[in-house]
Order: sequence, then C-alpha cells, then structure tokens
Amino acid sequence: MRRKSSKKFKGLTIQFLPYVEIESLSSGERIKKLLQIVLKDKIIILQGRLRPEEEPRLIEYTMALVGTIKGFKGIELAVISPNTEERSVWSRVKHGIVNVLIGQADALTIIGPATVIKDMKKDPSKLEIMMNRN
Amino acid sequence: MVIKIIKNFFSRIFVDMFKGRDNVALGFYGPPNAGKTTLANKICKDWTGEEIGSVSKVPHETRSVQFKEQVEIKYKGKSLTFKLVDTPGISTKVDFEDFMKFKLKKKESQKRAKEATQGIIESIKWLDDMNAVVVVVDSTQNPYSQVNVTIIGNLAAKKIPVLIVANKADLKRADLEKVESAFPDYEVVGISAKTGKNMEEFYESVFELAKKAKKHRRKKK
Repeated sequence: MRRKSSKKFKGLTIQFLPYVEIESLSSGERIKKLLQIVLKDKIIILQGRLRPEEEPRLIEYTMALVGTIKGFKGIELAVISPNTEERSVWSRVKHGIVNVLIGQADALTIIGPATVIKDMKKDPSKLEIMMNRN
Repeated sequence: MVIKIIKNFFSRIFVDMFKGRDNVALGFYGPPNAGKTTLANKICKDWTGEEIGSVSKVPHETRSVQFKEQVEIKYKGKSLTFKLVDTPGISTKVDFEDFMKFKLKKKESQKRAKEATQGIIESIKWLDDMNAVVVVVDSTQNPYSQVNVTIIGNLAAKKIPVLIVANKADLKRADLEKVESAFPDYEVVGISAKTGKNMEEFYESVFELAKKAKKHRRKKK
C-alpha cells in the first residue's frame, strides 16, 4: 500500500487594501491597522501610500514590536510610484488633484513581515521581491 | 543603555528650552553601515581633536544618538559652528541572528538587537529637532531603498534642508551616478569618510546647507 505524501505546502496571503479603508483613520490607527495585518504573516498591497510623516512612524511602531512579539523581526516596505515626467502638463495637474483627494492613489505600498519577505529591491523600473525559504 | 536614553531625552528638552539659537543642529541620518559615524568621527577629529563614537563592520554599532556640541569648522576664510548629531542607522527590520554571522554569541546578539531597535526609535524621534540633515548612503549599495526614500521624504515635507553624501566612493563598486539619479532634486557629494577623499567639497556643501538651515529657522520664527 502506498503512503500518501504528507508534504504540506505553505501558502502565502496577499491582502489588497484600498486606501479608502484607512483614509478616515487617524495616523496612529492607520499604522496600527497595517501592522495588525502584517503580524498575521500577510503581505499588504496598499493602494496609495502613507503620508511622509507616517512612514517613519510606521518604522518606529514596528521597532517597538520587534523583540516584544516573539518571532517578529520587522517589516519589508516598498512604495512604487508612477513616473510622472513623461506625462502632459494637464495629466500631471489631474494627477496632482487626485493625490490631494485620495492620497497618491496611483502609488502602491507593499508591506510584509521580514520573516516572509527576505528583501525588496527597488530601482526606477522594477521591484524585486525575494521571499524567505521557510 | 536605558540611562543613556533618559539622558538624551532630558538633553532634548534642555536644547529646546535654551535652543542654541546660533548653532545649527546638524543630523547624520541613513541606513546602518553607511558610514555615518565614520564621517562624524572624521569631522570631529579634524576640528575638535576627539572622535564621537565607535565604528564596526557589524551593523548597528551606533545604537543611541550621540552629540558633539560646538563643532567649529573653518573653510576658505569662513567659519561655521554647529551641533553634530550622529544617529543610529534606520532599518525596518532587526534580526539578532544577523549579528551572530559576525561571530557574536547569541545572548550578545539578542542584547544588540534590542538596543538597535531602541536606537532606531530614538533616531526617528530626533528627526523633528534637526535644522539640517546629512543623509549618508553607501554608494556601493542600491540607493533606492525605502529607508532612504522615507527619511528624505519626511525631511522634505518638513522643509528641512538635506545634503546627500554618497560614502565609500573609494571602493571599486561605488556608483555615484546611480545615487545622483536616485535623488535628482538634491545635492549629492561623493566622499570617502575613511580615506578623506573629497572632504573639501563636503565641507563646502555643509556651509551651503547651514545657510539654508538658518534661513529656514528664521522663516519658522
């Protein structure tokens, strides 16, 4: 009688988060919500990006959790913004208005636990995501 | 370590109360191992005779904010006095196992990791108190890292003047052009803090930076 293979395949959860889901939250609540998702070993693809003053706070809150939560080593973070240089003036004006209203809606922010994502390498044309083997 | 953090906290309050109105607070920021402390040591040794902190190949050697008051530099007949603030490298993750790769024991590595996370928190809190910032990046590494973008973006939003230093320019793998194209809106100076290469251009840029910082402080008042 053949033994059934007992190999388990580890899944990967990627959660898409529209900016509108965090728009009405305060900065602290916004960061807390993102980290709560990351602590469940999920990778977030956030439509839009955090405000400039919120990104360092995200790092600050992350560091406060490292060492407090067993096995949590931090996050990998990358923001991809479109290249606006080749756009027409009117296109850039429209883009600017949308950014003010919906927080840079055409940017994407990728946040994942450092235990799942080994590294994210960004250059102008691409983003490479290297996953951990475990 | 805890006593040092408390000391720094009270130092921040003291500085705010009796702010060195004529002295610019010049912060050195960037990712771990970019050479911030090596550069800070070079400046302090050149102009005060004393170094500010220890350096190491092991990341996160600087794990608390370090200060040097009244650093006076003289260059081409000009003089500038500032408060030099050397900060722990900012990273989005800290893993004690990375330190063990440098032959540190487990307990020592765990302690270092804990101190490193506290140092990063302290470093970020001090961003608000800087009048000008030198962002030190390793010119042999990818300059597009999110840490670099986050630090510079935050400073730009606060209109704090920034100078980008592409360090380790003496190494073969250094790519100054890549750093310049990553930050086209900023002045980038390629140096080697270790060998002293191009420090003259760096000092010239620091004078310009301090001028912008004083202008910005006057506007804030």
